[in-house]
Amino acid sequence: MQALYAQLLVGLINGSFYALLSLGLAVIFGMLNIINFAHGAVYMMGAFVAYFLLNLGGINYWWALIIAPIVVGIFGMILERTMLQWLAGLDHLYGLLLTFGIALIIQGVFQNYFGSSGLPYSIPDQLKGGMNLGFMFLPIYRGWVVIFSLVVCLATWFLIEKTQLGAYLRAATENPTLVRAFGINVPRMITLTYGLGVGLAALAGVLSAPINQVRPLMGADLIIVVFAVVVIGGMGSIMGSIITGFALGVIEGLTKYFYPEASNTVVFVLMVVVLLVKPTGLTGRAA
Amino acid sequence: MAEAKLAEKPAAAASAEVLAVKDLQAWYGESHILHGINFNVKAGEVVTLLGRNGAGKTTTLKSVMGIIGKRSGSVRFDNREIIRATSDRIARLGIALCPEERGIFASLDVRENLMLPPVVRSGGLSLDQIFTLFPNLKERLSSQGTKLSGGEQQMLAIARILRTGARFLMLDEPTEGLAPVIIQQIGHTIARLKSEGFTILLVEQNFRFASTVADRYYIVEHGKVIDGFANSELSANMDKLHTYLGV
Repeated sequence: MQALYAQLLVGLINGSFYALLSLGLAVIFGMLNIINFAHGAVYMMGAFVAYFLLNLGGINYWWALIIAPIVVGIFGMILERTMLQWLAGLDHLYGLLLTFGIALIIQGVFQNYFGSSGLPYSIPDQLKGGMNLGFMFLPIYRGWVVIFSLVVCLATWFLIEKTQLGAYLRAATENPTLVRAFGINVPRMITLTYGLGVGLAALAGVLSAPINQVRPLMGADLIIVVFAVVVIGGMGSIMGSIITGFALGVIEGLTKYFYPEASNTVVFVLMVVVLLVKPTGLTGRAA
Repeated sequence: MAEAKLAEKPAAAASAEVLAVKDLQAWYGESHILHGINFNVKAGEVVTLLGRNGAGKTTTLKSVMGIIGKRSGSVRFDNREIIRATSDRIARLGIALCPEERGIFASLDVRENLMLPPVVRSGGLSLDQIFTLFPNLKERLSSQGTKLSGGEQQMLAIARILRTGARFLMLDEPTEGLAPVIIQQIGHTIARLKSEGFTILLVEQNFRFASTVADRYYIVEHGKVIDGFANSELSANMDKLHTYLGV
């Protein structure tokens, strides 16, 4: 039983990263119509910013949680202003190829300076140790990652589904021309949306640094699974990407316990099944 | 109280020119749609653009609003040249568009649709005043925007631009596809807005409806304004009008 709970926890943690990343992808896709292949690279950059802050500036984990998403978000907004905005109105394929190229360049630069091995980033003192829950031992940092990710996901959902700003965002996803003709600066909103999506990825990167170490290819490994998650969940829905993210993490964890041989492929098998049965994804709207 | 006064009348003299369009040309990609549109609208007037399908009426409204990417000539609003302005800036100067397809957002409920356009200046209608004009909307506030009937969607599309404080409204075929009783209600609303000092540029195919609300008419054909007359000259121009519109 202990092993089952442990795998469930691992699943929830992976699910947290899937959810944060696929949420950002969904928001970006809705607004920019771009499948952001650079998402894994900016996730990695988030972790590196935390690493630099700690080792060069002595700035701790808690500040990194705030600073890294802002720094990487600004980097994303510059990318959007200088490159992505020119692809508006073109086929998805152009955005996909451009962001894929950007991801390769970013990862290449980091690999050139830091190689492929992991750099250590230690768990902050306040979150060290663990708790005995009776049925299992819970490392505090892991519990924190799950709960904090869930809170950030729900806050993002609230922002988009329940606030005036979110109403602008949803309306502009549907009909940007009309929203702009109401007096809203839609191009600026698109830039900020890309910044938000990229910032969420960077936040996931910071959260992951103490668990998975800081590596130039950490995003490249993860992003393939995240795209499968997005395909399964469908691009259309915010809550859909959150739930699918966590659910697939858990399914992966359960597979590791019951049939470990399939644990790396279960998500892709599900993706194939979903694509055959419901090509728009479980919660997606038809294009 | 809300009945008595929807919004304050502008202090300016009724004859002041609010919108002056000169030699307006516009393109959709490579196709040249407007070939030199000339007309004007004075404060407090209801001016109607008439013409057959595809004559360029909707494109004219969209060009004034800044939605058509490629345009030339001159559009002056409140003595400001706006031919090169982006649509968000034009909206903030006080022009509001109610588009032909209504543009109700499916992912927003009625309340969110109503509250979507930001207030661009003071003097817009309050929610109470809007619900006095359109009582149906009040009961449907939490419905999904596109679940409303066609008539309710049209009312929502008009209602949401009354909140913004814009005093110059462009209504693109507000009666299209609606039942006579609803057309009548929209007619009353336009008359009401006019009496409150709003200036309205209307595009209509339904000439009988237009004649109940308009002060002046312009005839648009092949991307040009080819004629214009006041409502008082209507009977003298009926024959010409039948030829223009082919009705």
